[in-house]
Amino acid sequence: MRIVLVDQKGVEQVLEAAEGWRVMEIIRDYGFPIVAECGGACACGACQVEVDPEWTAKLHPPREDEVDMLDRNYGGDWSRLSCQLIMTPALDGLRLRIADVALREAA
Amino acid sequence: MTQETISTDVVIIGAGPCGLFAVFELGLLDMKCHLIDILDRSGGQCAELYPEKPIYDIPGLPVVSGQELTDRLMEQAAPFKPEFHYNEMVEELEKLPDGRWRVKTDGGLVFEAKVIVIAAGGGSFQPKKPPIPGIEAYEGKSVFYAVKRMETFRGKNILISGGGDSALDWTINLQPVAASMQLIHRRDGFRAAPDSVKKMHALVDEKKMQFHLGQITALHGDNGQLEGVTVKGNDGNDFQLECDTLLPFFGLTMKLGPIANWGLNLHENLIPVDTEKFQTNVPGIFAIGDINTYPGKLKLILSGFHEAALMSQAAFRHANPDAKLTFQYTTSSTSLQKKLGVA
Repeated sequence: MRIVLVDQKGVEQVLEAAEGWRVMEIIRDYGFPIVAECGGACACGACQVEVDPEWTAKLHPPREDEVDMLDRNYGGDWSRLSCQLIMTPALDGLRLRIADVALREAA
Repeated sequence: MTQETISTDVVIIGAGPCGLFAVFELGLLDMKCHLIDILDRSGGQCAELYPEKPIYDIPGLPVVSGQELTDRLMEQAAPFKPEFHYNEMVEELEKLPDGRWRVKTDGGLVFEAKVIVIAAGGGSFQPKKPPIPGIEAYEGKSVFYAVKRMETFRGKNILISGGGDSALDWTINLQPVAASMQLIHRRDGFRAAPDSVKKMHALVDEKKMQFHLGQITALHGDNGQLEGVTVKGNDGNDFQLECDTLLPFFGLTMKLGPIANWGLNLHENLIPVDTEKFQTNVPGIFAIGDINTYPGKLKLILSGFHEAALMSQAAFRHANPDAKLTFQYTTSSTSLQKKLGVA
């Protein structure tokens, strides 16, 4: 199972993912700059990613608390919190990039 | 007005779970603590980020909410009469000739202490700034992240951005004093008291304010004085709004803040400590909880509790180099039980 992380210049990197892991944890495990101050409790909003539009329909819709966190973190049309995306076989190949606002938070 | 200096054994920076448990461990060793926190209450992240979320990994408490854990820690620390100074950020830390430390806060409080314990978690909670290019130039002049005095905003053409309680409350409270009031939010749904949302919609219906959907993408003005903003509407099209004051309310984030200026070694915004004393590179300054780092560090509340216990032993020795320290158990020591008020 894999996710494809696209950087701000469009360069792709394939990350090995495991079922049941949060996408945030996978990205962080690889050492990419993503802060998750709250540890994945959908409480800080700092792990924002932008999901490839072709994949958004395959994701469960965000819960109210995730939408709220996206409000507070300048979420865009394709934004999700990576701590709220849990890997399943259906998401094998998921394409996303770390949101600019999350990189700014980590800087 | 000059403040009286508060003299104490220990100043703990941060009143989160680790700071609170440090009061208990230091209290058993007769060390009196003052705690300083930038929030208006204790609990740190537990109270600010996830008061209602369940925590499952506190030993002996199979499930506990952030708020409940905070309440229980406050109860546990209470016999040692800790003193809390809320809404204060520690700005300066300097060493005195006698080896103690002088601590100054942004609110003008001054402390002198034998030992400093930094239990500041992710740092100071500070307002989250929207990622709008060049916003810094307007901050403090026409862009504000908090309302200290409503009078400051009398007669202004105000634009408030956000969809939580702060955004809604200030929209309603400032509308009567403002020359004009506009609210902008990325969706027509709010994370705020339903009554406030109703009041806001009523003001819109009465044409006393305007509500817009979208996100601010650019600011326009001169010398820090805002004249208007560009908004990306939810249909994808840009539009302009005129205003002379912008108040973004996007909640809080954690920043290391002034801690970076105290001469401590830092590693990726964390404070390296040893695992015997949890002392920083500066003797007498200790760091516990999420803010410290050492080989094998886990950012767990329970790790912070362990760190607090060991730190307290070392802090006692630092403050009382000639005193004998006998390790005792609360279950068997009547002197400890007297301190706890149970014997």
